Amino acid sequence: MGLLSKKDAKLITDPLADNNPITIQVLGICSALAITAELKASLVMGIAVLFVLGIGNVVISLMRNIIPSKIRIIVQLIVVASLVIIVDQVLKAYAYELSKTLSVFVGLIITNCIIMGRFEAFALGNGPWKAFLDGIGNALGYAVILLVVGFFRELLGSGTLFGIPVLGDPIEKTGLYSTGYENNGFMLMPPMALIIVGLIIWVQRSRNTTLIED
Amino acid sequence: MSLKSNLHNLKEKYKGTKMAPAFNALHTFLYLPNEITHSGTHIKAADDLKRTMNTVIMAMVPCLIFGMFNAGYQHHLALGTIESAQGFLGASFWTWDNLVIGMWKVLPLVVVSYGVGLAIEFLFAVIKGHEVEEGYLVTGMLVPLIVPIDLPLWMLAVAVAFGVVIGKEVFGGTGMNILNPALTIRAFLFFAYPTWMSGDKVWVHGAVERAGTADAISGETILGSYAQNNSVIYDYWDMFWGIIPGSVGETSKLLIILGALFLIFTKIGSWRIIVSTLIGALAMGLIFNGVVDAGWISSSSKFFGLMSVPFWQHLIIGSILFGAVFMATDPVTAAQTNKGKWIYGFLIGFISIMIRVFNPAYPEGVFLAILLMNVFAPTIDHYVVQGNVKKRMKRLNVKTA
Repeated sequence: MGLLSKKDAKLITDPLADNNPITIQVLGICSALAITAELKASLVMGIAVLFVLGIGNVVISLMRNIIPSKIRIIVQLIVVASLVIIVDQVLKAYAYELSKTLSVFVGLIITNCIIMGRFEAFALGNGPWKAFLDGIGNALGYAVILLVVGFFRELLGSGTLFGIPVLGDPIEKTGLYSTGYENNGFMLMPPMALIIVGLIIWVQRSRNTTLIED
Repeated sequence: MSLKSNLHNLKEKYKGTKMAPAFNALHTFLYLPNEITHSGTHIKAADDLKRTMNTVIMAMVPCLIFGMFNAGYQHHLALGTIESAQGFLGASFWTWDNLVIGMWKVLPLVVVSYGVGLAIEFLFAVIKGHEVEEGYLVTGMLVPLIVPIDLPLWMLAVAVAFGVVIGKEVFGGTGMNILNPALTIRAFLFFAYPTWMSGDKVWVHGAVERAGTADAISGETILGSYAQNNSVIYDYWDMFWGIIPGSVGETSKLLIILGALFLIFTKIGSWRIIVSTLIGALAMGLIFNGVVDAGWISSSSKFFGLMSVPFWQHLIIGSILFGAVFMATDPVTAAQTNKGKWIYGFLIGFISIMIRVFNPAYPEGVFLAILLMNVFAPTIDHYVVQGNVKKRMKRLNVKTA
């Protein structure tokens, strides 16, 4: 990336792999389990967090020298809550069906540990540009895992991707279904998301053994 | 040169290579290795892991063979081509026709279960460079016994792969698993492909493909009939002998009891767990009977059918007995302390019957109850041990004071 210095680029690339908020820091698991049964919901959730975390980090970073440290959590909550309300209203206005699927989990972005974690750990101690990159990087790291989990869950659980049937019609028995294949109902349940996240963690750590904690 | 020394020579040849663990497993499966221990203990007990596993398999073989006959019998009976067998030695039960159908349907289940499971075990042994562990021998035998007869083989293969990897290998292999792998496989099948694992069509061979046609046959289990408040056409002796529809190997209570006696006699299975599981089941059954007797529930309730089953009858319908004898006693996942075994078993029986009665979608809960208690077994042990420590500390204080 010519635009960014090496150090800045690292802020974005690190959370994508070796410091991923979900697989390494194990934050934001709740929403990762709840909404990843469909790829579309995963994507929208990823974008929502990208928006909230990117802007939120900048706002907190700009205010970092004037926030009294005793009440900083409240201030952070107000910032993130305002951003989440914007996201929620936009979804309700332009993608009502999807907002019903995501239901309470949009509101729960407020309590997503990744967001408060980045505010506390990064935005309070760094300038707005760096905070912005850090927010984007972490939100992308979150979104990548959501998309991978969502891809497998929707493909194996419903036989569709973004709602488009890719394996044939399960009722008419066309495509793969004509061979006797059936959708895996377990994939649509949250426990399977946990197992897929676990498998991602397993693969990631066996490829890079320095990530293994004692 | 006997086969044994041939194998020994081959073993020397393969020593140190990647394939060594896989080969060693085959070698020591039937033979004792030629070499002797060079250091450490020289005392050798006969009941090593392989002997233990083989004993359990021997206890299950009668159930498997009976399951084959029963599969064919239920199929022919549903088609109406044979008379119903009166009793265990009924002439229309132990026939060649029944056995052929049973073998045709059951042996593939066994082959797929062992094939996929052992392939994964070998794979992990080669990757990790340790000896192949024998744990899968029993699991591979249990799995065909606890699935419906018409389960598609690819589903079984997927479930076995899932169960062995997620249920066992991620925890570190045999002896480290928290959950019973066979039940993990069944749970996976149940949640992934519920239409193949429950209902009134899956228990008799041929019922699924005939559903909706003029030749449709029904294969309702006894629990299924009770759950829908229907009357049951089987008498108690049918249930005890096992000539009823159900999963492949869990119908014959007689053979399960014989297997249980064999396991208790060889000290492989814990009689405490078996007995306490049955006590737990009876206790819950009595509570439900009490509820019905007290008139707290009307006969229009959807739970009435199963609640009014006489408490002792819960033991001979469904798979509670099979679960108690072959699943709950798994030494790895069960509680380890004697007191803990009583608590663990009692809760399995208690919760099994509770799920059986209250589960609207699927009137059986033995596997869920055992998996749940598998998770709690270490906690039970912890409190039993702590309780003992406290008691002894008190005694010590009394003495010194």
